[in-house]
Amino acid sequence: MDKREVYLDNSATTKLDEDVLEAMMPYFTEYYGNSLSQYGFSRKCAQAVDDARYSVAKAIDCKPVEVYFTSCGSEANSWAVRGGALSGRKRGSHVILSKIEHPSIMNSGKWLTQNGFDVTYLDVDKYGMVHEDELRKAIREDTVLISIMLANNEIGTIQNIPALAAIAHANGIVFHTDCVQAMGLIDVNVKKLGVDMLTISAHKFYGPKGVGVLYVRSGLIIDRLINGGGQERGMRGGTTNTPLIVGMGVAIEKAVTETDTNAAKITLMRDRMIERIKNEIPDVILNGHPRQRLPSNVNFAFNYIEGESILMRLDLEGIAVSSGSACSSGSLEPSHVLLATGLPVERAHGSIRFSIGKHNTMEDIDYTVDKLKVIIAQLREMSPLYKPQDRVKEV
Amino acid sequence: MYNQKVIDAFSNPKNVGEIENPDGIGTVGNATCGDIMQITLRIENDIITDAKFKTFGCAAAVATSSTATEMVKGMSIDQALKLTNAKVVEALGELPAQKMHCSVLAEEAIKAAIEDYLSKKNK
Repeated sequence: MDKREVYLDNSATTKLDEDVLEAMMPYFTEYYGNSLSQYGFSRKCAQAVDDARYSVAKAIDCKPVEVYFTSCGSEANSWAVRGGALSGRKRGSHVILSKIEHPSIMNSGKWLTQNGFDVTYLDVDKYGMVHEDELRKAIREDTVLISIMLANNEIGTIQNIPALAAIAHANGIVFHTDCVQAMGLIDVNVKKLGVDMLTISAHKFYGPKGVGVLYVRSGLIIDRLINGGGQERGMRGGTTNTPLIVGMGVAIEKAVTETDTNAAKITLMRDRMIERIKNEIPDVILNGHPRQRLPSNVNFAFNYIEGESILMRLDLEGIAVSSGSACSSGSLEPSHVLLATGLPVERAHGSIRFSIGKHNTMEDIDYTVDKLKVIIAQLREMSPLYKPQDRVKEV
Repeated sequence: MYNQKVIDAFSNPKNVGEIENPDGIGTVGNATCGDIMQITLRIENDIITDAKFKTFGCAAAVATSSTATEMVKGMSIDQALKLTNAKVVEALGELPAQKMHCSVLAEEAIKAAIEDYLSKKNK
């Protein structure tokens, strides 16, 4: 079998589409004006930003004035959680997050705790689902903000956001959802989701890195995160990044048009990969939900071995994946998401995420599983935890 | 992040396995921290004639296991007891800072295996 280059880390970032790049290029060198300036030279820039804002609004079914451009998903998440909590301070100082949120949300929660807020982290079940009853139980008189992601970045579990947001609203609480992983793969619509704030990031759907969006429902005022001039209607300072915003606009238009076809194609690859791994590699656990799952996400715990070793071996075969092991992140704690689902620590260490994108092919999937089988067997032979005679007992 | 020597030692590790009825066995680390290293030694007249390892851990843990077992073969137990993690790392060129604890594990596993040998011998 010839060596291939197989990129299976599309949840980390995706390849920029050529036509998105082309649309961006004139705004670096030709129309480089500051979109806030009054002269004609900048008018084209302001128009391009308006067009992109319109494209985003159309894609997620909101008004253009509800779209705020940011530098990334993490900024939008940080802004929603800090700004949403701070603006609600007069009403209360309690915030609810789930235990499986992205680090940008988790660390904003930490910041809130250090700044006089009380934060509740909702448990999830073994599939990574937040239960409605858990949310109801956690709500207090002084709860001002709830943030729960639509689709998880590590295990791909998709939450029932409309139901969770309805519970928040029945109690007069603002609801934010992180849709960074969901956009382009499943329907992301602020009205259907029924949320007050929502985050997306262009580089997860074949757009450029460095540009995100926070949707804030009109009528809702949140505190600023970045102070500056009058950009983004005075809500988010910083010179408007015209080329990246143009890239976001074109990428999101494409993402919406392509969602169904991409999702269908990617789902077939995901299902084949899950089936083959389950059938051909013993002692594995599928992390995440069997059905409520992003089309792109495959995440397995390979018992008895450690994730970084698997990642490195796959890398030597030209395959790019990511791992839930502590060793690849530089800390000693494995993934907080996997631990929240109740996976034992040593199995969390041995977990690998494969995230499929629109450029992958069935050959990529088969090549990866073929290599993976050999690698897992070799690493197990090397593991002091692996005692084949105990296998039946251990599982 | 890893140099070529580490990658080579990781992708073609030497001395993988377990010596049957070893003269000394040392197991250190735990699965919670993500590293377990087991080293088995064959020792004749206080000279290490063979060494094998089994490791649950990252690429650095495997590479240091392989290198450390290579280094102790042929050493007297006194020499092997003086083997430091710094010498193992030196043989590999370098390790990323956050991976240094893996090399400590190799040193500890060899010491534990020799101590096991000595305690059996003195019985």
